[in-house]
Amino acid sequence: MAESVVGAHADEAPDQDRRDFIHIAAMAAAVGGVAAVAWPLIDQMNPSADTLALSSIEYDVDKVPLGQQVVLLYRKQPLFVRHRTPQEIAEAVAGDHADLRDPATDASRVKPGKAEWLVLIGVCTHLGCTPGFDGGNLAPGHYGGWLCPCHGSVYDTSGRIRRGPAPLNLAVPDYVFETDTKIKVG
Amino acid sequence: MSGHSTYEPKTAVERWIDTRLPIIRFGVDLMDFPTPKNLNYWWTFGGILAFCLVTQIVTGVILAMHFDPSGTGAFSSLQGIMRNVDYGWLIRYIHTTGASMFFVAVYIHIFRGIYYGSYKAPRELLWLIGAAIYLVMMATAFFGYVLPWGNMSFWGAKVITSIVGAVPVIGPSITTWLVGGFTVDAPTLNRFFSLHYLFPFIIAALVGLHIWALHVPGNSNPLGVDVKSKSDTVPFHPYYTVKDGFAIALFMILFAVFVFYMPNALLDTDNNIPANPLQTPAHIVPEWYLLPYYAILRAIPDKLSGVIALAGAIACIFALPFLDTSRVRSMRYRPQAKLYFFIFVVDCLVLGFCGAHEPNEQVIPGLTTFNLLDSDLNTYVWLSRIAAAYYFVYFLVITPILGLRETPLPVPESISSPVLSHPAAPPAGATASPEKKG
Repeated sequence: MAESVVGAHADEAPDQDRRDFIHIAAMAAAVGGVAAVAWPLIDQMNPSADTLALSSIEYDVDKVPLGQQVVLLYRKQPLFVRHRTPQEIAEAVAGDHADLRDPATDASRVKPGKAEWLVLIGVCTHLGCTPGFDGGNLAPGHYGGWLCPCHGSVYDTSGRIRRGPAPLNLAVPDYVFETDTKIKVG
Repeated sequence: MSGHSTYEPKTAVERWIDTRLPIIRFGVDLMDFPTPKNLNYWWTFGGILAFCLVTQIVTGVILAMHFDPSGTGAFSSLQGIMRNVDYGWLIRYIHTTGASMFFVAVYIHIFRGIYYGSYKAPRELLWLIGAAIYLVMMATAFFGYVLPWGNMSFWGAKVITSIVGAVPVIGPSITTWLVGGFTVDAPTLNRFFSLHYLFPFIIAALVGLHIWALHVPGNSNPLGVDVKSKSDTVPFHPYYTVKDGFAIALFMILFAVFVFYMPNALLDTDNNIPANPLQTPAHIVPEWYLLPYYAILRAIPDKLSGVIALAGAIACIFALPFLDTSRVRSMRYRPQAKLYFFIFVVDCLVLGFCGAHEPNEQVIPGLTTFNLLDSDLNTYVWLSRIAAAYYFVYFLVITPILGLRETPLPVPESISSPVLSHPAAPPAGATASPEKKG
């Protein structure tokens, strides 16, 4: 070590590369070290294992009378299970060909042969409020579905966004009919 | 901080300290700081803000002794503070009122800075640090608003964290990371409590930098002309300690009126209902001090653009020193700028008013005009659009262009000269300001 320092004084130029190398190596090690330490400190804010474990729920849709909906709690968010009337289904199907912001047919949003059951995550895709059911209101600017109280997003009877600031349709969660009337969500 | 020091240690102990840690010198110089002699009462809000920060930290630390930051315990621990803890009601009401008073003072402080051009060279960095303080203040206030875990707290948290979700591609992951779950829940409350405790100390550190940056060029003043000589200044103490002290006393009266006579006037009744993830309050609004931004957010019928406008509105405040082309600091000598400024102040109030109303509500009740784009013209959504447009035009069009095109009034040569010869009634010609000749 002592010799190399002495050597560095002897001639000027060749040492510069080694100095640069040491600087770059030291910086790289420091940045890598800081990143390695920072990651656990950042990642700890992600959902913990017990939060992620709240995965699925089961529900007997038979309990929902025709033309009504229940609101369940699924992953700490509201889940709408709506028993749609034939009129609501007809309106939803009629809306398939409208100018939709987030195009989707009504058939793609329900299970085959189960068009009367509409299952939605009740979280407005704008800023996360829970839309209220608009009571079949079909006045101009309303589509008989849901109305978000926060910023006035209007959803139709298929839960598709029709008016207001929300960019997407109300999400349809992953679910299956385990029996003719029992759904498993998640 | 600006180099000069009049302190001379008088005792052996003071000398001993001064050579090791010149902290007494620091304090003496701070009090002796040469301050323009013409500062008016709009300049007292800096001191008032320091008072607000100390009040919030003291009451906040005390509240944290009794508060339970858990999803199941937060709401009831707050009831405990209000009913069981000795003077808990007083300390909490000072803290909730204090948040609003803090924003009252900071808005006046910001408007004062705009009117008197306090952000212009060499005070740009001072202004940027101030804008950063304002930003951290908003975050702190938001975190604090979530803590009572009432229904408005919960849904406010949900809406604000969803704003982050508008960022393309990574937005939803950031929201999940921020709230620590599929949606806002107990982990969110817990981390917001931690951050709410941390952020005021970041504010305090930034305030330190703000004052440091202030003490390099010194205070601006209502005339906007630089300090030319020692006769333009007075020592900070006792002149401005007394003036600030008097203003703080008046401010405390206003503060006390709210604390003792209408402590709930600035709170939301929906927050007396425990957080319910299934029921959004019928009329969701943020606290009053965020309403103008909320109106800008809602004015635009597209999620991402709305969020960009919201961020842009705050960015305009940061960019102001670099948007203003006028070399005249004080609007006292800029009659046109003054007019646009007062329209801007009214515009901000209109935006706040719009933010408090439903977008589809009619401004003039019962009057239906015509449908423009997506809503009737006589609705708050259109009023917010007009007001938001002026907000951006003021910063991005009027401020840069006016500075190049206007004809300002003559600016006095020094702080002392308008006192000695008032520009409104100048005595004849050459004798008008003899001190200028010297």
